[in-house]
Amino acid sequence: MQFLNKTLAIVWKDVLAELRTKEMFSSMFVFALLLVVIFSFSFDLRVEKVAEVAPGVLWVTFAFAGTLQLNRALSAEIEEGRLDGLLLAPMERSTIYFGKMLGNLLFISATEAVMLPIFSVVFNLNLIRPAFLLTVFLGTVGFAAVGTLLATMAANTRAREVMLPVLLFPIILPVVISAVKLTAGILDGLPWASLAHWLRLLIGFDIIFLAVSYMAFDYLVQG
Amino acid sequence: MNRDSRWGDWLNAVSGVMMIVALYLVFLYAPREATMGDVQRIFYFHVPSAWVGFFAFFVTFLAGIAYLRGGKRRWDVVGFSSAEIGVAFTAMAVITGSFWAKPTWNAWWPWQQEPRLMLVTILLLIYFAYFMLRAFLQDEEQKARFAAVYGIVAFASVPLTFLSIRWWQRLHPVVFDRGGTGLTRPMLLTFLFCLLTFTMLYFTLLLHRVRLARLVDEVEGLKKRLYSGERG
Repeated sequence: MQFLNKTLAIVWKDVLAELRTKEMFSSMFVFALLLVVIFSFSFDLRVEKVAEVAPGVLWVTFAFAGTLQLNRALSAEIEEGRLDGLLLAPMERSTIYFGKMLGNLLFISATEAVMLPIFSVVFNLNLIRPAFLLTVFLGTVGFAAVGTLLATMAANTRAREVMLPVLLFPIILPVVISAVKLTAGILDGLPWASLAHWLRLLIGFDIIFLAVSYMAFDYLVQG
Repeated sequence: MNRDSRWGDWLNAVSGVMMIVALYLVFLYAPREATMGDVQRIFYFHVPSAWVGFFAFFVTFLAGIAYLRGGKRRWDVVGFSSAEIGVAFTAMAVITGSFWAKPTWNAWWPWQQEPRLMLVTILLLIYFAYFMLRAFLQDEEQKARFAAVYGIVAFASVPLTFLSIRWWQRLHPVVFDRGGTGLTRPMLLTFLFCLLTFTMLYFTLLLHRVRLARLVDEVEGLKKRLYSGERG
């Protein structure tokens, strides 16, 4: 219970900071919007059926916008020496990991929640379906799980903004592939049985990488 | 250090002799493959290169765990040495594979059609990122810690990546099918011997690379002592 309280305290701190400045959400949102516009222009000229490219566009947008959030969330902690403060607080280091992870998950999900209706309008597809929302949620969990760990790493290097995508994208590939496949399957109205293996892969990735990141995070912030 | 160089000499000799025997087996002993012809002989070096690549990354993963548990510099050295060798051998597997693929598949590197090629592409990207990470960190201890964590996370993602790529491919028509491995006995023998030779070569290179890293450390130490001596 105490663990949960402390984790939520860290999440609340980030939410509060965000509510006061609103800089993260607005920049992520505008960035995602721009990506959608650029994608729809660049594909409109050639593709006949928009539904064929929509899953890819959707997930690339989420991944890019999410990277923005991850970079900001952790480099701000380190730049302003806030991480040292967190480390001094009487709690386990894994609490910091889960706190930051949940915060990232929350902010990325909020952006996605705003983007989905826009996607539905721009691509003329109905994306607000339970199965699809589940896919988005599971994909975002996997992304935030590894992303928080690797962003902590990248924030300590000299080339912060460049380092995170280089580290993150090859690792996150299974999430992107399975999320795109699930999205495409749902849009095409495929039977659930033919998509179940992708869902299992996504859940498996989430569990494995939450566990690995939880164990490894301690080693990143020590010293 | 003396013990190391004696081991090194011994390993040099063994892998050198094994390599000559392997060349003999590949070019003179193994029969000519019926359909693919002589180009099939690349297979004897191609598969062992790929195997050593994977094995080297696995060693990096293990060394990462060992480093995080004990914090001994030795394990960090083993980790990045092995990753370097892994990248070299994976690249070798790609190059030898291309030589084979051009006459057989009529394309140098059709990576979008063949899951294994795509996996190799991703592996190379992952370990390029590993070296970039090391290059962008200054503190030696931090470098070792971060690299160990990344080596572990990277290796943990490889099976999932392979699975997802294979499933992804399954929805497309199978363009290339290697068919069964119809190897005759001499072919199999040659292949197994090459596998052994390359594994031996891996350990030889690893030993030398680790020794080199240790010498670099020693020189750095001496430099530091020299500078502090001048100032004090």
